[in-house]
Amino acid sequence: MNTRFATIVLLTSAVAIAGCKPKAPEILPPDPGATTTQTDNTGTATRPVGPQVGSQEHFVNAVNGQNIIFFDTDRYNIDSADIPALQSQAQYLMQNPGVNVTVEGHCDERGTRDYNLALGERRANAAKNYLVSLGVPSNRIRTVSYGKERPTATGSNERAWSQNRRAVTVVIS
Amino acid sequence: MKKLAFLAFFLLAAPVAAQDLGEAPPPVTEVETVEEEGLTLTVTDDSAWEDLGIAIAGFATDRDVDTPANSGGTASLGKELARVVFNDLRNNGLFKPTGPDSLPQPSYGQITSPNWPSWSNRSTEMLVHGYVRGRPDGRLTVGCYLYDVVLQDELARAGWVVPPRDWRRAAHKCADLVYSRLSGESPFLDSRIAYIAETGPKDNRTKRLAIMDSDGANHRFITTGRSTALTPRYSPDYRKLLYLSYVDGNPRIYIYDIGTGRQTLVTQSTNPTFAPRWSPDGKWILYSMAVSGNTDIYRVSADGGPSIRLTNTPGIDIGGSYSPDGSKIVFESDRSGSQQIYVMDANGQSQKRLSFFGGRAATPEWSPRGDQIAFTHIAGNFRIAVMSPAGGKLTHLTNSWQDEAPTWAPNGRIIQFFRTARNSGTTALWQVDLTGRNERKLPTPVDASDPAWGPILP
Repeated sequence: MNTRFATIVLLTSAVAIAGCKPKAPEILPPDPGATTTQTDNTGTATRPVGPQVGSQEHFVNAVNGQNIIFFDTDRYNIDSADIPALQSQAQYLMQNPGVNVTVEGHCDERGTRDYNLALGERRANAAKNYLVSLGVPSNRIRTVSYGKERPTATGSNERAWSQNRRAVTVVIS
Repeated sequence: MKKLAFLAFFLLAAPVAAQDLGEAPPPVTEVETVEEEGLTLTVTDDSAWEDLGIAIAGFATDRDVDTPANSGGTASLGKELARVVFNDLRNNGLFKPTGPDSLPQPSYGQITSPNWPSWSNRSTEMLVHGYVRGRPDGRLTVGCYLYDVVLQDELARAGWVVPPRDWRRAAHKCADLVYSRLSGESPFLDSRIAYIAETGPKDNRTKRLAIMDSDGANHRFITTGRSTALTPRYSPDYRKLLYLSYVDGNPRIYIYDIGTGRQTLVTQSTNPTFAPRWSPDGKWILYSMAVSGNTDIYRVSADGGPSIRLTNTPGIDIGGSYSPDGSKIVFESDRSGSQQIYVMDANGQSQKRLSFFGGRAATPEWSPRGDQIAFTHIAGNFRIAVMSPAGGKLTHLTNSWQDEAPTWAPNGRIIQFFRTARNSGTTALWQVDLTGRNERKLPTPVDASDPAWGPILP
């Protein structure tokens, strides 16, 4: 019960903070993952458990929900709006040298399949290269492209597309 | 040193752990053609062949015997054969066919000697007769005859011996015979399609590799759907499939062997690989690989060995489709700033931009006839279009919100593609002829994308 409540609070705060970023409307952090659904079966002391270091939830919380950066149509350059997010991600990774991440590159549906796979790879690499330039060792960052295969916003309009053109940093557990 | 070489060989030859593969489909068997001795006429005037009325009567049998091909024996199989011929011609908008269910059933003796008066009374110019015979070895002999009702003459005949499970192929071959004889075009119906079957909501799609006959029959899933599969391509001999799978978590191209049901990576690199293609002779494979984010096109022998990089611009170079003679490759690149179509020699030399139409141009596919290149023209909507191999004569064939990824019929007269619906994201396979007038949706069990039409079956 406590963990579920904590999750809701976290999600809500993450959305609220993310909403402040001018370029990224309605950012939703990814599913916090299995760590938040663990329940204490012993039935004894129900101490409140915060997110563990090295969990996705801990990372998203630490970077204020800014584990996602966004791109313009057909572009893969890191612009000034993305820099604070990548800086906070790099800071977290420098402070937690045991944590490795995958940067997922995504595209909107208004591109052909093959090209979007290549474009997603380019976006993931652009984000990775920026993190490396801030001092994160490149062997701690893996990239993967999902092209247009995994949209988060399901509409067919510019607002949905702008949310789907993204690079998402995910902790490797 | 020897040990190392052995190890390297083992690594290359070892099949990738196949966590996402279902039961392997049966391999393609060759259909035996038997001589149907008879007269062959020269082609009559075929200027208006599409308007020809064609009656396709139920195929007759000499003796109604049981066959594993169906549950009703060869007599009812004869009617089924004629229905397949009828649906092939009708669904592809060819001629004005009439099927066996609205026609009298000829006797076995009438197959080679039609009852002309009864056919002359119908408004039909052409008549298709056929027979099916059970053989002692369990296989089937299927004969196909095309008659000109007005001339009361035979135009063509052919016969095939097929295993019972391939009975539909005999019907497709009969439909191909009728189509080729009357239109003067090459056959295309006895062929198969590989594609991606899609289910689930837009933000959590399950995508499975699947194969089917050109009419949608004999449908089979190759992968289970546990990991995303994309962009399949049949090898020209139908023995292998190239496709992209996320089975190990990364997008990689695999070579799936239909006979053994096993698959290997197209290249041992840890880099992601996309957009697999075969050369027309099946000896070469093109794939695109991203290295540090930069995607280029590579060529590798279908038997393995070192890969050769064909492009080296800092932009995305991807895809590739060989000219039928194998001398040139048309491909996609954004080196000019947006997706456009380029052509190069098969060794990567003489790269030159072809598309100057405004908007973007993607997914080029060279016609098996060599005379045209089909592609996706992105200018607002995504439309299927064709151009000449020199980059001229732009013709749009479709006009929908998102039509993508053309693939040619074996004879280069029809193009298949997939259409995505706005908002819902549902997908379906469609086809269109080169006039752009005859457009139709293909039947698939679930949503469908990434079609790849193979050549005429062996």
